[in-house]
Amino acid sequence: MKSRHKKLILIGVVVLALGAVAALVLNAFRSNLVFFFSPTQVVNGESPHERAFRIGGLVEAGSLRREADGVTAHFRITDTAQTISVTYKGLLPDLFKEGKGVVAEGRMSSGGVFMAEQVLAKHDENYMPPEAASALEQAQKAQKTLVAPPEGKK
Amino acid sequence: MIPELGHFSLILALLLALVQGVLPLVGAARNNAAWMAVARPAARAQFLFVAIAFGALAYSFLSGDFSVVNVTRNSHSRLPEIYRLTATWGSHEGSMLLWTFILGLWTVAVTLFSRHLPEDMLARVVGVMGLVSFGFLLFMLATSNPFLRMPMAMDGSDLNPLLQDPGMVVHPPILYMGYVGFSVAFAFAITALLSGKLDASWARWSRPWTTAAWSFLTIGIMMGSWWAYYELGWGGWWFWDPVENASLMPWLVGTALIHSLAVTEKRGSFKAWTVFLAIGAFSLSLLGTFLVRSGVLSSVHSFATDPTRGLFILIFLAVVIGGSLLLFAMRASQVGLGGRFALISRESFLLVNNILLLTATGSVLLGTLYPLFLDALGLGKISVGPPYFNSVFVPLVTPLIFLAGIGPLARWKQVNVPELANRLKWGFGASVVAALLLPFTQGDWQPLVSLGCLLSLWIAVTVAISVRARLRSSSGWSANFYGMNLAHLGVAVTVIGVTMVSSYQTERNMRMAVGDTVTLQGYTFRFGGVEDIVGPNYKGSRGTLEVSRNGKPVSTMYPEKRIYVASGMPFTESAIDYGLTRDLYTALGESLDGGAWSVRLFHKPFVVWIWIGAVLMALGGFMAITDRRYRASRKQGRAAA
Repeated sequence: MKSRHKKLILIGVVVLALGAVAALVLNAFRSNLVFFFSPTQVVNGESPHERAFRIGGLVEAGSLRREADGVTAHFRITDTAQTISVTYKGLLPDLFKEGKGVVAEGRMSSGGVFMAEQVLAKHDENYMPPEAASALEQAQKAQKTLVAPPEGKK
Repeated sequence: MIPELGHFSLILALLLALVQGVLPLVGAARNNAAWMAVARPAARAQFLFVAIAFGALAYSFLSGDFSVVNVTRNSHSRLPEIYRLTATWGSHEGSMLLWTFILGLWTVAVTLFSRHLPEDMLARVVGVMGLVSFGFLLFMLATSNPFLRMPMAMDGSDLNPLLQDPGMVVHPPILYMGYVGFSVAFAFAITALLSGKLDASWARWSRPWTTAAWSFLTIGIMMGSWWAYYELGWGGWWFWDPVENASLMPWLVGTALIHSLAVTEKRGSFKAWTVFLAIGAFSLSLLGTFLVRSGVLSSVHSFATDPTRGLFILIFLAVVIGGSLLLFAMRASQVGLGGRFALISRESFLLVNNILLLTATGSVLLGTLYPLFLDALGLGKISVGPPYFNSVFVPLVTPLIFLAGIGPLARWKQVNVPELANRLKWGFGASVVAALLLPFTQGDWQPLVSLGCLLSLWIAVTVAISVRARLRSSSGWSANFYGMNLAHLGVAVTVIGVTMVSSYQTERNMRMAVGDTVTLQGYTFRFGGVEDIVGPNYKGSRGTLEVSRNGKPVSTMYPEKRIYVASGMPFTESAIDYGLTRDLYTALGESLDGGAWSVRLFHKPFVVWIWIGAVLMALGGFMAITDRRYRASRKQGRAAA
């Protein structure tokens, strides 16, 4: 085999390998993105049915209830406009509190309850998860636009 | 008075950094010996003033001077003394000062161990480091002054409880030793581009510095991982959190760099590539520092965002990264590519190593920055979770580790394939058989466990083969050779830990009343109830769990739930019974009715191997630095001069 042929084969192999790697990375990336939705968006049916996603907002005051096993918790997440019921089995994080910001990752059950696999409340008490903050902001904006025209759009 | 002293020292340091950055570089360009000679004294004087500023801030924290904003926000009158010291770098401002302080440390080290360097080279290296330091000092004085005063406060708002931990005393300085250490490699790379001279001696000079920085970074990341494991209460050792990714990226590129430097030194190849990696490693260190510390990422490490800070950071990153890449594009052809090698040779194996490491870096960068970009552009909020990183890393790391076994045994320039295969066939066969059988000792057989065992055994076997060959040959002690093998063995140990804990860990979350027992992997946990405790700056509850195995007591564990007085922040302090083949991990959840608590229990096989392996890698690195030839070159250099 001539060295030119060798070089061509080498370049071909490298290009194929890089293509395979790029395909692997991008495919893994696409199938593992977790999107965020506010309770209002979930109620409007914008969230996916098959995939896991995140919701965020405030833990509604007085909504936390524990089952007798001590580790299954039911609570509601609100963006002040809409509310979603959540079920989570496991220990809640230290900074999980009624009236405070929270983000949960999981899927919607057929019964309309969000089955959380993970509940995140962040490291600092005064810290609001950015997702939760934006959900509240959106809901407030939506409410203002509802109030401004007296007849309302929805 | 003391804070003002610190503030003035910073201003003086800024001016000295400018002198250190400009005069030697101009002197080197014009061949003016007097200007070049400024490098050493300017660097040392600059470091002295940064050290004074650092001391002043530490003093303000230790003495509890609540008229300094930084102290008030991050300390408390009842905070134990050791954590007051660590609070010095617990804030954004303090961590920038620590960064600059460590940069000064490295610069002074370069001036001390550089008697063998040609004068113009030293001037350029120190000059480049001076410019970096100037950027940081300007950033601090313009946007993040750690000595800002305010009307005297009654008391501080306390350090974040997560940071009140002995591990946090050493984690940030060591991590920064790594991050900042890459500035030396960066300065050497820029020097090569400026002078157009890049030969084997250049590689021999920059190699120990790079390896030292890499070893520090390894230890720093390992401590961060271990800290997350015992302090966050979730029992995880790596979360693919953006903050962790920010430290992993320079590590991956740094790993590629130390391998590519080996080729540049031994064979004179990969020259431009090495320079590019050195720029990359330092750029990612800078990006990491700022991502973590500027508040772009939300985590325990970050603080309130300030738009002027963000703008300054963007400009700084653009100047450093853009400027050095531009210089690279203009001058790389002068540096040259280096010698030729055959398709199958140690060089080509190392080239594949580099490509795999860079691909891994790229995939981490994508997963870390893409959500930030999307958010900044207002296109929605997304997150990229561990499944992405795991599914990308396993296929990338598998060939990487496989090659780490072959590479050190392969010849430079051209490999005699049948001979190499002959040397390795028994080792490979034995590794495969053992890897297929080993998972059965842990219960069920899983393909990923066999893969992990195979990679780990393969490294161990090939290390043994090459050490045996070395001992039989007449060549004597080589710190470089044994250091490399020790580091590779560290990889094998870490792989075992990761494999075992990912596949065989057991977790139970449950309600436990006083006297309840639960059995996990043969260990029986008996809940003895909870009592009240009072700490220096917290109150809380302490649970008791008696652990026994086959009726024999193993240990008594005391997980705690604390509430910090100043911040009112609740905090879970886990209890861990460490062991070489398994950790037992317990944490308290919440108080339920009638003295019962929700409790989290873990059985984690081989988890400590992850960190032991990392320590071995770093020790291997430190060992390699002591190699005689780095010192011999100094004598030769002096003789030549």
